[in-house]
Amino acid sequence: MEKSIYHIFRSSSEDTDIMNELFFHFFIAAFIVFLLVAAFLIFIVRKYKTKTLEKDHFTIQENRLTERLTLFLASVLVIVFLFLTVKVIFKIQKTPTEDQKPFVKITGHQWWWEIEYLGDTLFTANELHIPTGDKFVALMESADVVHDWYVPALGRKIDMVPGVTNFVWIQARDPGVYEGMCNEFCGAQHTWMRVEVFAHEPKEFDKWFQAQKEDAVEKPDSLFQKGKQLFQDKVCANCHTIRGTTAKAKVGPDLTHFASRNKMLGGKAEVNYENIQNWIKDPQKMKHGAYMPNFLMTEEEINALAHYLYNLK
Amino acid sequence: MKLFSFEVPEPTEALPSIKSRYGILQWISSTDHKQLGILYLWVSLFFFLVGGFEAMLMRLQLAWPGLQIVSPQTFNELFTMHGTTMVFLVLMPTLIGLATYFLPLMIGANEMAFPRLNAMSLWMTLFGGLLLNFSFFAGGAPDAGWFSYAPLSEKNYSFSSGLDYYSIGLIVTGIGSIGAGLNFVVTTLTMRIKGMRLRKVPLFVWMVFINSFLILAAFPLLNAGLVMLLIDRQLGSHFFLPNTGGSALLWQHFFWAFGHPEVYILALPGFGIISEVIPVFSRKNIFGYTTLAATTVFIALLSFGVWAHHMFVAGLGNPINTFFAAGSMLIGIPTGIKIVNWMATMWGGNLYFSTSMLFAVAFILDFTLGGLSGIAVAIVPLDWRVTDTYFVVAHIHYVFLGGTLFTIFSGIYYWFPKISGRMLNERLGKWHFWLFLLGFNMTFFFQHILGFMGMPRRVFSYPDLPYYAILNLISSIGAVFMLIAVIIFIYNIFKSLRTGELAGNNPWNAWTLEWYTTSPPQLKNFETLPDVTSLRPIIDWEKQKAIQKS
Ligand code: HEC
Ligand code: HEM
Ligand SMILES: [Cu+2]
Ligand SMILES: [Cu+2]
Repeated sequence: MEKSIYHIFRSSSEDTDIMNELFFHFFIAAFIVFLLVAAFLIFIVRKYKTKTLEKDHFTIQENRLTERLTLFLASVLVIVFLFLTVKVIFKIQKTPTEDQKPFVKITGHQWWWEIEYLGDTLFTANELHIPTGDKFVALMESADVVHDWYVPALGRKIDMVPGVTNFVWIQARDPGVYEGMCNEFCGAQHTWMRVEVFAHEPKEFDKWFQAQKEDAVEKPDSLFQKGKQLFQDKVCANCHTIRGTTAKAKVGPDLTHFASRNKMLGGKAEVNYENIQNWIKDPQKMKHGAYMPNFLMTEEEINALAHYLYNLK
Repeated sequence: MKLFSFEVPEPTEALPSIKSRYGILQWISSTDHKQLGILYLWVSLFFFLVGGFEAMLMRLQLAWPGLQIVSPQTFNELFTMHGTTMVFLVLMPTLIGLATYFLPLMIGANEMAFPRLNAMSLWMTLFGGLLLNFSFFAGGAPDAGWFSYAPLSEKNYSFSSGLDYYSIGLIVTGIGSIGAGLNFVVTTLTMRIKGMRLRKVPLFVWMVFINSFLILAAFPLLNAGLVMLLIDRQLGSHFFLPNTGGSALLWQHFFWAFGHPEVYILALPGFGIISEVIPVFSRKNIFGYTTLAATTVFIALLSFGVWAHHMFVAGLGNPINTFFAAGSMLIGIPTGIKIVNWMATMWGGNLYFSTSMLFAVAFILDFTLGGLSGIAVAIVPLDWRVTDTYFVVAHIHYVFLGGTLFTIFSGIYYWFPKISGRMLNERLGKWHFWLFLLGFNMTFFFQHILGFMGMPRRVFSYPDLPYYAILNLISSIGAVFMLIAVIIFIYNIFKSLRTGELAGNNPWNAWTLEWYTTSPPQLKNFETLPDVTSLRPIIDWEKQKAIQKS
């Protein structure tokens, strides 16, 4: 993968463009103000510096001009930027109309993301796939504590507050992978609650979507079947869903097409055979505090489960 | 029946030696505002070392991606305790301590209005702080950040008793602060020397006075919120638990309705210090006394109408965000005017750069930067970009460290001679200043950039994205410079207490009343004082003396 600098000014959406522009304007204004203060201060210091503490002291006649000038300039700046602020927020955080139906609902969990495609109900987790093109509405909820959705290139950040449904507009003009992360401290593993958003051309997206709608694959080999069985027996099914099997719980991420994902555990590790093994062997070692217990399984069982999960493409 | 048969005799000296028979007991039972002020400063220094140690551990952990020096849980406890300690147990008690010592002296009083309340405030602050830190030994420190957002701070998400200690500890120190605020208000109103009208008090007194109203209005909000949190946790109620009818946002409103005024509570007394220091070392009167006094009132009033700027991402809606953005940006105006007035005071003066003045001037520059990054996050769409990233960590440290802590250092170099009778060593002071300035800007300036590069705050590690490692390393190295500077500072204090140059009554040729009496002042501050007629009484009296002589 190419190693370009990751920064919040990369933009693939109108909203981010607008915010970047405002940022740029403010940056220039702030820079000028700072330069003025610094230059003035340095000038004063150099001009009026003395080596000894004088005994004399004097009184100057005050003149109100500087104060009035500051008042005026500061007020102008405030009014201008307040105006721009209002203009921008009403543009970006626009209430959706009747026919602008929300496309996805994203729910924050400690410490993973649940993703539900509305209308054509489909559940996935930890990775958001979207079609490029126009912006759409995403609903934001939380299952436990306050989280925050932030993928800089695609729009603003928004909190996921339990008991509240927030919305945000998301847009990706260009296909690609966009990094994001939870931005509100949400407990032990807030660090590893990152997310990748994959934007596809609409046709590609449809393909991806259809593939995801399929139930989990079936394989005849015995290791796979053993893993599948273990998934039931070892109570994995009490927390996870694998469509097409009897596992239907929603305490942890949906695993139906787990191996099709790029990263696991909120960006902590890549999805590969070894990481899956390590995770099942000792979840607390890999992501301390995560709400998945250690099942104290034998090497053999771990291999079977890992083989099974790694085949869920 | 008497349980204890001994009595502590009243102290006979201003600073009883702790080696003398009753010395320690005399300090503990003291109601003298000067002794309490000194105790406040020691308490703050102690907690500054604790909070600083926590900060150093965090910077160590973050120095490079993927380090595992502390566990994730420990890291969360560290930043929570660091933030809470620095705000409530370092900056608050230092500012209150300086005011406890100097406010009565500057208005020509011999005591505070309520000496026993004064003592109670100090001990509440100390014991609240100890209680909070005791959590480390009682199963785990609080771990939900210094603003402890619900429901993360509730029992089902934070299992240890840390947050119970947080609630109780902060309630206790909060009561102490409220007592102090009340005391300052009444003292300023009733104990001024004859001739000193309320519109002629030194600016430090004025700003502490206004600030005390902020304390009186803000801390009860925090304490109310904390009591609710404690009831939730201990008695199973549901104030902040949404799935059983409570509201997570309610806590945020309570906390920030306190929290934003609180950051001004931490700023205004510092503005007061600067307004004393700059004129003295510029050998001029303050420029725009009335404006500085009036803008303080504006800031105080506005600070209660801006709290939801901490919640711009919570989804409160555009009209609410507009209101709070307007309030927040407006605060920039009076603050900007203050900065211009301080510079105008220096203009045309004879600037003498003692360490105190150096800190004051560095304050102007660093605080300007902190103020500008503050306006950046008051502009809602920019807040939607950078809040809860390292940009905000940089911002809070530019206002708390580059702002308040610099004013505190300035004040300590300025007033130490009065408190102890001896000067702080200026050469060590310069080392302290330059190292700290360098370290501070190294540590925190680059965090603005980390924020732009999307590094969230409150993370114990970060992916190895381009430039993340090097920027974090620079930041951690800067912290080491600050550490060395603080060690020099503390060495300077202990050395100067023993062998510092004797100060005399008025080493800086200043003009406010505290410099009229001996250094250190006797138990009774002033025997007699002539009437005050202007802002610079000592100058007036010297002039009168000169006239009488000739
Ligand atoms: C108590 C509920 C629970 C049980 C039982 C449970 N898990 Fe999990 N699992 C979770 C949670 C919660 C996560 C998300 C952890 C995180 O990222 O913080 C998770 C994550 C995972 C992941 C990574 C998913 C991703 O996209 O990052 C895999 C794989 C997994 N579990 C497999 C298993 C297996 C195999 C079992 C049975 C041995 C099992 N789980 C049992 C709760 C559970
Ligand atoms: C009086 C001085 C200081 C004050 C008032 C202060 C205040 C704070 C506050 C309020 C926080 C936020 C805590 C939270 O997120 O809950 C914080 C975080 C932090 N501070 Fe300080 N601080 C001070 C000095 C320092 C110093 C000297 C250092 C560097 C060595 C430092 C390093 C940090 C770090 C690393 C964090 C954690 C950032 C994060 O993970 O989000 N602080 N500080
Ligand atoms: Cu989080
Ligand atoms: Cu605020």
